[in-house]
Amino acid sequence: MNMIQAINSAMDIMMERDPDVIVMGEDVGYFGGVFRATAGLQAKHGKTRVFDTPITECGIIGVAVGMGAYGLRPVPEIQFADYIYPALDQLVSEAARLRYRSAGEFTSPITVRSPFGGGIFGGQTHSQSPEGLFTHMSGIKTVIPSTPYDAKGLLIAAIEDNDPTLFFEPKRIYNGPFDGYWDRPSQNWSKHPAGEVPTGYYKIELGKAKIVRAGEALTILAYGTMVHVCAAVVAEAGIDAEIVDLRTLVPLDIETIEASVKKTGRCMIVHEATRTSGFGAELSAIVQERCFYHLEAPIERVTGFDTPYPHSLEWAYFPGPVRIGEALKKIMKDA
Amino acid sequence: MASEHPRANLQPLTLHIPEPKFRPGDAVDFAEVDVPPAGEARRPDTADKASDFIDLAYTLVRVLDDDGNAVGPWDPKLSPDVMRRMLRSMALLRAFDERMFRAQRQGKTSFYMKALGEEAVAVAAAYALDYEDMCFPSYRQQGLLIARGWSLVDMMNQIYSNTADRLGGKQLPIMYSVKEAGFFSISGNLTTQYPQAVGWAMASAAKGDTRIAATWCGEGSTAEGDFHSACTFAAVYRAPVIFNVVNNQWAISSFSGFAGAEATTFAARAVGYGIAGLRVDGNDALAVYAATEWAAERARTNQGPTLIEHFTYRAEGHSTSDDPGQYRSEGEPNAWPLGDPIKRLKDHLIAIGEWDEERHAAQDKELAEQVKAAQKEAEKNGILGHGLHQPLESLFDGVFEELPWHLKEQRQQMLDEETASGRPWDRKA
Repeated sequence: MNMIQAINSAMDIMMERDPDVIVMGEDVGYFGGVFRATAGLQAKHGKTRVFDTPITECGIIGVAVGMGAYGLRPVPEIQFADYIYPALDQLVSEAARLRYRSAGEFTSPITVRSPFGGGIFGGQTHSQSPEGLFTHMSGIKTVIPSTPYDAKGLLIAAIEDNDPTLFFEPKRIYNGPFDGYWDRPSQNWSKHPAGEVPTGYYKIELGKAKIVRAGEALTILAYGTMVHVCAAVVAEAGIDAEIVDLRTLVPLDIETIEASVKKTGRCMIVHEATRTSGFGAELSAIVQERCFYHLEAPIERVTGFDTPYPHSLEWAYFPGPVRIGEALKKIMKDA
Repeated sequence: MASEHPRANLQPLTLHIPEPKFRPGDAVDFAEVDVPPAGEARRPDTADKASDFIDLAYTLVRVLDDDGNAVGPWDPKLSPDVMRRMLRSMALLRAFDERMFRAQRQGKTSFYMKALGEEAVAVAAAYALDYEDMCFPSYRQQGLLIARGWSLVDMMNQIYSNTADRLGGKQLPIMYSVKEAGFFSISGNLTTQYPQAVGWAMASAAKGDTRIAATWCGEGSTAEGDFHSACTFAAVYRAPVIFNVVNNQWAISSFSGFAGAEATTFAARAVGYGIAGLRVDGNDALAVYAATEWAAERARTNQGPTLIEHFTYRAEGHSTSDDPGQYRSEGEPNAWPLGDPIKRLKDHLIAIGEWDEERHAAQDKELAEQVKAAQKEAEKNGILGHGLHQPLESLFDGVFEELPWHLKEQRQQMLDEETASGRPWDRKA
């Protein structure tokens, strides 16, 4: 399966298992979503469980919060993560705080799915990575898969979770892993072990990172598309790096991060989102606080620039193999 | 093309900034407020199409006339017993407000908001809805809880953030949450409850339930995007929801003109969405009851949402933190042409021989005592500012269902700091 099919399968299975799971969003119904992630779900589960919505993100999330308060488990889709800003207040002031402010009387067990990230020539309004906004606000979980297998298991866990969860889908790798070179042919998930996805139910616990490549020379912390770019760079550079796919940013798997950095003594953080106040800043601070006496080089951050995502200059913005490669040289300089 | 001509002859453009009719020191004259006679507005069948009674968004549905008679097609023909109970709830709300307002002035809590002058809006609606229906209130609908018979002591515990506060001292006073009484957790962010009410109503419909939702916001906050998102959703899916816009003329110090009142009515917002719109005399408990009952019937019979504008007046400040004397004429509350909602219902009951001034005075006394006794009871559980009422570590409860490591660490840090302070748990005393 590719990642889209895996995500579709997760929703399908959860709708079969739990009559309270509802899928809603712009174009998700009859058409099956602009990325086809909800294809076939309406035909199978009916129009009152899978339906199109008006184009109002604040309305989509606000309505989902109300449905959650009723007792349903809505899985709203925000068509592109760039459009999540109109819904920001409903997410961070309402969904994320409802349990806290009502002492558990009302909860928001919603899972907001949204394709995010660049690398598809989407310009400034179809490419952003807003995860840092949400990790900053208490009360909401943030999940980002990097493989079809993880996407399905994590999405099932998110839908079952009783807290509001943001599920950001890296659209650059919907169809296959990506080595960071825009001019090379894309790979297909069917040729990748993580493209092997069981058709039935399974879940991956939120808050658990995955070591996708064990190594001794340095630790690379990454998530989503960047996991694949880092893997390609590391393979080409022939460096024995340990690559940690964080999978969920909140809650974060601190044990795996700490153990890895203490083992390797070096830490590089890679994300596509803009640099200033990005999630990399938090990771860097955590590693510094916990692993300072184990560090043999300053922590390196490789990120997108503090600009909007530029359409025609997309590959200059994208933290690709060149930028990651330079950072690798820098952090390994004294090795 | 106009742009090809020299511009010398064009008038300069002007920007219109709305201004209320009266400011502090001005004499008040509400003659321009159009108050149609009671009983004049027609009452469509609840199965009629919204487009067939657009006129009702521009008039004022009124039942009680100046002589205390209930007249016209909207008279809900309530039994004297129900009307007496409604009157009692409104009077109890006023007594509760009065006492809690004073409690704030005495430093027993940080904040309070009164519903003075708009008691009918929440109370009469509560009587017209089923207890099982879910209310998504704004911050001035404490009358819903009072009309639903909810414990005054429980409400006060929340206001005092004391040991018995079911919300654990985490919410601003009066931001109640009472799921058991169909009262949704109040948000301080305006009108966020609107789409949430629609979502709840849609969920109820999707599950084949029979319960409906109702929500309230002020006229000022109809400017929020959430209001319009909610109207769109409700119209599209014919959600069984009642939108209440409480037009009490003032959003803190901004008069209703800043929400668009100079251009049209708030009930007319419904017209653009193709949903039923009613403009109601919000100081007329029978009109509010009738409109709510009618809207509820539409919702229950799958005719979809109704937007009700309650034309009323906020006779008090916005909150204990507000001084209306700074921005409006002090003559306004008494000159308001729709009168006092409690007096109007009382006069009606007296006019039909079902009540009298003596009983009313006795009831007021009794209610004041009831509120006083409740306050005594609540204060046994503590008042705000008298030490820490909740276990310190409860600060972290409810961020997530289960506490993740980073919150456990922060909680431990807090407890360690408390111990290291040399006066551990001192603040608990």
